Amino acid sequence: MNAREAVLPGRWIRGSFGILFAGMAFTGLGQMPIFKRYYIADIPGLGWSADFFFTHTLHYLGAGLVLALFGYAVADYLLSVRRRYALTGAGWTRVLILAGIVGTGAVRVLKNLPDVTFSPGFTMFVDIAHLGLMMLFLGAALLFAVTKRHWVRKRPSTEG
Amino acid sequence: MPRDISRRHFLKAGIAAAGALTASRLPLPAAVRGASSKELATLIDIRKCIGCGACVEACSWTNEAKFPEPKKPFPKMYPSRVKVSDWSERRHVTDRLTPYNWLFIQEARVTVNGEEKTLTIPRRCMHCQNPPCADLCPWGAARKLENGITRIHPDICLGGSKCKKVCPWHIPQRQTGTGLYLDLLPSFAGNGVMYKCDRCFDRVAQGELPACIEFCPEQVQKIGPRDAIIQEAHAVAGEIGGFVYGEHENGGTNTIYVSPVPFEELNRAVQKGPGRPHLRPVEDAMAHADNLAKAMVIAPVAGIGAAAARFLRASGRDAGKEGKEDGS
Repeated sequence: MNAREAVLPGRWIRGSFGILFAGMAFTGLGQMPIFKRYYIADIPGLGWSADFFFTHTLHYLGAGLVLALFGYAVADYLLSVRRRYALTGAGWTRVLILAGIVGTGAVRVLKNLPDVTFSPGFTMFVDIAHLGLMMLFLGAALLFAVTKRHWVRKRPSTEG
Repeated sequence: MPRDISRRHFLKAGIAAAGALTASRLPLPAAVRGASSKELATLIDIRKCIGCGACVEACSWTNEAKFPEPKKPFPKMYPSRVKVSDWSERRHVTDRLTPYNWLFIQEARVTVNGEEKTLTIPRRCMHCQNPPCADLCPWGAARKLENGITRIHPDICLGGSKCKKVCPWHIPQRQTGTGLYLDLLPSFAGNGVMYKCDRCFDRVAQGELPACIEFCPEQVQKIGPRDAIIQEAHAVAGEIGGFVYGEHENGGTNTIYVSPVPFEELNRAVQKGPGRPHLRPVEDAMAHADNLAKAMVIAPVAGIGAAAARFLRASGRDAGKEGKEDGS
């Protein structure tokens, strides 16, 4: 960890987000029938990963935690962090992709409620967009990690 | 084989003639005509079914064009534990659900009013009100239409069989060697297409009745707005001291059965297994999702509230410090 990263705010938020997001990626991928086929569910302790209802419940629980964390992070940024730090281009990129993931996920949750029916084409678009945006986010996160581009930077007026 | 063909052709011709004669007299629910936001349900009065199989035949020839024509040999599957599912050489099987048989007649030897009888029960997709197959399909291939039909789109389905696993009755059936997966990674992802009753969505869209309803000589089935069908099911059940199945199963379905004997008894009597669904009570498979969805509305509000509380506490501390500094 370099000195610059050490002073960036919200370390616990980013840490929690990383763990949550990894869980969401795993349970999200588990919505595809691949864990049993590719022996993931055969790994001791991961038998549950082939239970679609269980992974779905975990994905929903994780989504609730992600939403709570996002609510906290956005409010915290707007109320206090924003005065000293600004979102970087890499930060905005991540925020926009995340907004897309949350938005498409929310539509899918709505669609799964009783008496809610969306057109088949729209539902399919949302399904594929949710997965595609997740892949995009993982790619972007990897790129920004390699190029050391952080979410926020200190505002010039507060530097030094 | 020639015997089968001639029999099939005879039945087709007979059914078509009977249909033409009776179609004009069938009361077509207003909601069936054109698009409607109202869900349509079917009522299946088990007492009336004589097990003639006309519905099975009608389903078969009406939906023939939708049946798979798999490409062979099938792609080699990896890993080797993935088994192909091939019904293309067994298209004539009618005593269970298959990719080529979306409706079959289940038999139950039971006692009705002290008399031993064999009841025959047309079985197919229940068309749930909140179908887990459509909710949990990762591609949107399984979908619920506004008129209450749940169908699997054969051009999108990859044949992962998740819909079958999450269906409380395990209705959809897989055929390998057909569908989109052949154009993607045929050896590594997907395994064909899942097939099941689509309640003749194309006929219904044109204001026609599903084939199994139209060509039943005993008028075993009816279709109409769900509320009316439920009302009628209870009226019939009340009249005969009978029982209703499908109203609350899996949170509610659009296939309502009325039986003169309890469904527990029917469930014990019918042959169950792959392609032969049970008649047990079924909990709402998507109830967990409905409850957690409500929690999701509160979650971001809680997060915002926590951040605001932290901000206010910090502001209070800062104001306190400033006050002390001013006073000193």
